[in-house]
Amino acid sequence: MIRFVVRRLAFGVVVLWVVSTAVFFLVFVAAGKPERVIGGPRATTETLRLIRRNLGLDEPLIVQYARFLGRLLQGDLGQSYINGAPVASMIGGRLQTTVVLVLGASVLWFAGGVLTGVLSATRARSFFDRLATLFVLAGLSMPAFVVALLMLYVLFSKAGDAGIHLFEPGPPLQENFWKRMTLPWLALAFLLMAGYTRLTRGAMLDVLGEDYIRTARSKGLPERRVVYRHALRAALTPVVTQFGVDVGVLIGSTIVTEKVFGLQGVGQLVVQSITVGDAPVILGVVLAVALCVVVANLLVDIAYSYLDPRVRLS
Amino acid sequence: MARKNDKRDDEMRDGTSTAPAGPADSRPPSSFLEVRDLRIHFPTDDGLVKSVDGLSFQLERGKTLGIVGESGSGKSVTSLGILGLHNRRNARVSGEIWLDGQELVGASEEQVRRLRGRDMAMIFQDPLSSMHPFYTVGHQIIEAYRIHNDVTRKVARKHAIDMLGRVGIPRPDRRVDDYPHQFSGGMRQRAMIAMALSCDPELLIADEPTTALDVTVQAQILDLLRDLQREFNSAIIMITHDLGVVAELSDDILVMYGGRCVEYGTVDDVFHAPEHPYTWGLLGSMPRLDRERSERLLPIKGTPPSLINLPSGCAFNPRCAYAELNGGKSTEERPDLRDAAPGHRVACHLPAEKRRQIWNDEIAPKL
Repeated sequence: MIRFVVRRLAFGVVVLWVVSTAVFFLVFVAAGKPERVIGGPRATTETLRLIRRNLGLDEPLIVQYARFLGRLLQGDLGQSYINGAPVASMIGGRLQTTVVLVLGASVLWFAGGVLTGVLSATRARSFFDRLATLFVLAGLSMPAFVVALLMLYVLFSKAGDAGIHLFEPGPPLQENFWKRMTLPWLALAFLLMAGYTRLTRGAMLDVLGEDYIRTARSKGLPERRVVYRHALRAALTPVVTQFGVDVGVLIGSTIVTEKVFGLQGVGQLVVQSITVGDAPVILGVVLAVALCVVVANLLVDIAYSYLDPRVRLS
Repeated sequence: MARKNDKRDDEMRDGTSTAPAGPADSRPPSSFLEVRDLRIHFPTDDGLVKSVDGLSFQLERGKTLGIVGESGSGKSVTSLGILGLHNRRNARVSGEIWLDGQELVGASEEQVRRLRGRDMAMIFQDPLSSMHPFYTVGHQIIEAYRIHNDVTRKVARKHAIDMLGRVGIPRPDRRVDDYPHQFSGGMRQRAMIAMALSCDPELLIADEPTTALDVTVQAQILDLLRDLQREFNSAIIMITHDLGVVAELSDDILVMYGGRCVEYGTVDDVFHAPEHPYTWGLLGSMPRLDRERSERLLPIKGTPPSLINLPSGCAFNPRCAYAELNGGKSTEERPDLRDAAPGHRVACHLPAEKRRQIWNDEIAPKL
């Protein structure tokens, strides 16, 4: 098991290196002229030259790349072109917000999606199943901002009028943590839960038709045990795989939910820095997100090896 | 949920039962297992699939009944029906199944579940797909044992190791912690048998237990089953399309065609004086190594009938070489199961003398 994790970690480091290299060349070389961003439109040629020199951009590309890697190994992501602030500290707090948002929502959507999926599959074609199908359709077809705004309207505005305060907009995360996060969690979870309901339902229906489920029943196991111990365990593997991918990817793409609920997360930072061409920040965010994806996948692989012993043993 | 299903089953039985279900007929029989006029029908969009349509047989402890027939003849549905493992949601079941004085068709899902694994167990065709790939072999045997016996994990584990040893798995104390994919095909089927026998069931149903195995392993498994039967004195239903397997192990044979029994008798009856043209066909298409054959194998022509639209009259008539000898009776009227000799029953319109003549003159010499 430890060898398995170490191997995966080493692989993760390689992935991060490849990502950082690719993004480095993409952002710094292709995107081009940071001195224009920093110096503004009226900077003289001399100013621009000085800026380039200060940033080390007048040196050969390979030297720049080596410096970049050297700094990266020390955890230094460089400074923002716009305000000179260290990128690491710019990302830090925002990454925390986004990770809290995504992880909180992930617990909701995973538990909710798997449960409705199982109930749907074991009661195939029942009223509950049809209701769940309707809900899946809604969840899959509604854009994120519609869901978020609807939730705000119903659970904040309307419920607030009725004296129920579920959401506290504005100030820092530390105060009013639960009230701050509940609605964003719900909104994000709703969107993803639908997919998990569908995925779990399909996987469960497949597994329930397997010979080993018939064997489990032939042993006289109670149906509940057949469904949750035998069928669900096998049905979970594709769901868990999808879960790892979704959690990782969402860290970098929750912009809409963040915006609607006024959360200062990574998503907003990405859009801002791309708009103004703030290369170090873009690079920093991409690396942070890549790190999250790598970690999420590592956790999924570990979970997977617990679910399916064949992975562990081969 | 179980309650809901039971209710549905009751409604269906009331609606579709064609068997007289008076109290006089519901007496517990003297046989260990008795199936009376069992019908298992599945309504589909294309029509009613009559997988099993009026099947009756008896079986005593320590005896083996072989059920033979082509794919789709209803033999597997019969066995699943006895265990209550057919799809309860869309099956219509009628008739009676008496196991040791207890009627199963009218019993609740929960009652049947309690009997499953403890009083009646099943061995399936493909041992790889029939064992859960994520649990160790030991875990699966322990689970089966502990459901029906109030014992600690440790005791159950010892029992599992003991069972694995008894079915001939070497080093059972080690193999108990292996996963099914670490076993070979034959070993897997042995483990499956150990699992089925873990609660010492009185009825064992083996659904094509050797079909997925190598020929050499097949013989070992059959020997094992025979030895275990002697030891446990269980009744065995052996379901197969392989007449060789049946000949080796069975006391009685039931030949199924199109969801019905076409011939029923002892091994001697069915192998040495078969009465039904379909049984002749099965015998003619069986390769034999124990003696020289005079001619090539004779396949039964045509294909198995659709269970939705069985041919009118005798279901076998479109494939039967002798149907025309009856002047159309075979296509008009369904033959009943009648005694050809005491205990040997056959469903065929051909006159008894005619059948014997065909068997003696045409069929037997070619086998």
